[in-house]
Amino acid sequence: MAIKKYVVGSFDDEAVLFPAVKKVRKAGYKIHDVFTPFPIHGLDKAMGLRDTSLHTAGFLYAITGTATALGFISWALTYDWPLNFGGKPFFSLPAWIPITFELTVLFSSVGMVLTFCYLCQLAPFVKKDHFNLRSTDDIFLMALECTDKTNDAEAVSFLQSLGAKDVKVDRKEARWWLGRYDKEQILEKKTEEVAA
Amino acid sequence: MGLIRYESQIRPPLVDGGKDYHQISEDICRPVEAKPSRAWWIGFIVSVLFLCFGILSVTMEVIYGTGQWNLNKTVGWGYDITNFVWWIGIGHAGTLISAILLLFRQGWRTGVNRAAEAMTIFAVICAGQFPIWHMGRVWDAFFVLPYPNTRGPLWVNFNSPLLWDVFAISTYFTVSLLFWYSGLIPDVATLRDRAKKKWRKMFYGVAAFGWTGSTKHWQRHEALSLVLAGLATPLVLSVHTIVSFDFATSVVPGWHTTIFPPYFVAGAIFSGFAMVQTLLVVTRKVLGLEEYITIEHIDVMNKIIILTGSIVGIAYLTELFIAWYGANEYEWFAFRQNRLNVSSPLGWSYWIMMGCNVLSPQIFWIKKMRRNLLVTFFMSILVNVGMWFERFVIIVTSVYRDYLPSAWSTYYRPTIWEVGFYLGTFGLFFTCYFLFSKFFPVIALAEIKHILKRSGDVQKDRMDKLEVQPNEEFAEEHSHDHGA
Repeated sequence: MAIKKYVVGSFDDEAVLFPAVKKVRKAGYKIHDVFTPFPIHGLDKAMGLRDTSLHTAGFLYAITGTATALGFISWALTYDWPLNFGGKPFFSLPAWIPITFELTVLFSSVGMVLTFCYLCQLAPFVKKDHFNLRSTDDIFLMALECTDKTNDAEAVSFLQSLGAKDVKVDRKEARWWLGRYDKEQILEKKTEEVAA
Repeated sequence: MGLIRYESQIRPPLVDGGKDYHQISEDICRPVEAKPSRAWWIGFIVSVLFLCFGILSVTMEVIYGTGQWNLNKTVGWGYDITNFVWWIGIGHAGTLISAILLLFRQGWRTGVNRAAEAMTIFAVICAGQFPIWHMGRVWDAFFVLPYPNTRGPLWVNFNSPLLWDVFAISTYFTVSLLFWYSGLIPDVATLRDRAKKKWRKMFYGVAAFGWTGSTKHWQRHEALSLVLAGLATPLVLSVHTIVSFDFATSVVPGWHTTIFPPYFVAGAIFSGFAMVQTLLVVTRKVLGLEEYITIEHIDVMNKIIILTGSIVGIAYLTELFIAWYGANEYEWFAFRQNRLNVSSPLGWSYWIMMGCNVLSPQIFWIKKMRRNLLVTFFMSILVNVGMWFERFVIIVTSVYRDYLPSAWSTYYRPTIWEVGFYLGTFGLFFTCYFLFSKFFPVIALAEIKHILKRSGDVQKDRMDKLEVQPNEEFAEEHSHDHGA
């Protein structure tokens, strides 16, 4: 499995976190992730993350919905079984706009939420390794990935110098697995079994 | 001496009590983690009893048919559709708060949006019951869906407003649910990480979908909320527009008017905000969340109530004027004889509507009244009574005396099972709301933390000090920051 070693520092103020993120990047460390209890605007830019394309996906789902509604209704009411409703034309586009609009919205929202869940690996019974449970409460957690070249002690003291509290070296599973949060699982052991 | 202003001083703080992030988690999670209070149990049990009576009423209707209701040849839509439109209207305020106010960047929405969205979902569930059980042969309800059937396939009538309703309501429910739950995931994760008991870890662990709070995930989450808000905004307008089409596209005097879509949407938001007030005035008190749902929040929502109430008032008067000016004798009869005339069989309902919806909200021009909780609570009930009568007036007074006097049914009175069905949806609504307030945070945790530094009173205090600081001194202190 992908158990990796990280240097983890916690910050209790986003005003300290921001300059720290920039300095860490400047110093050449690889930021694995920053975990925050709420969205911090601009942090993604500071970390050098690219913009999300979720909007584009939403647009594509939306036009799929539009095309589905218009295509299906016009096929059903003009070709498959044309019915005379009060002498109106078979192809009565204005009357189809409400359903077309609703399906556009429906496809776009459902598609976007599913895509969001897929991209962020979110689903019921998905379990992940958490560095610090307080990162959903009041601390901002920066995790640096240790590569072969990283000097752990140096990274720890560097984070401390930037204002991080409670800095430690931690080994964590980077990926998700199916599991429940009320059960402790020892992944290290599993790893050995897989390796053996 | 120049002044540096970070934020308008006109805006009062949205979070009181000098909170920090951890304190916010503590305060908002406390009701979820503590044992339910006696008040909660009483409320919950009463709601469940109402729900049971509702189930009994619906069962009677299913066994013996819609004849259990006092609907007749002209009053084909009575209590049931009135209640449908009423509930669906109530739902609209939740979407308005969560979506439209997000687009308008209104910070105060964060205190009330989660509860309001939950209210939307429960209200839409209640609303959906009425058209479904009104079908009579409810086991054939799936006939409204365009599925390939053995009758041709014979498709549903895509040109019919009633079918538009099927699509509008189901889309509205789905999108509201997704919007609500995707916003709830990070807050559920907070509960999961605070959990001590086994079942809590299990329950919130499953419900939080494995949320970590990663920056990349937050970035996508923000994008998702923004686009969903952008989609939900026209959606919520379309839903009540389509509901109004159910009436406006018919040729029934009193229904056949072009003013209906905007009039219905304004009315929906009006009644929805009243319901939000009813719920939140009680919730903040019972759960001790006065520092998050402040008097400011109540005040702004009362302003929206007076705005939408006045729009509704203008719509009533316009409709009345056009009924006279349009010189259609049937239309004018519907207004003059069935509504304006107090001594007509149902004329009183028109004046209850006018009194509750147009006159009574005017009290909110007075600031003291807007900020008075008792007045707010009383008014919120009054507005919802008024809005119920609006739908009753529109539906029943239009159809009970139509073109053919021999078919008039001058006194429509609901049976116990019609009333029971309505009371049952109250039970359903409040059962859901009680469960929600017990198991989920009623305030959007992450969003409150997000605005804390901008709009909390801690920040306001700090800014007050900065405001009186001379520019030169401020520059001296902060000029070296940007290199960081």
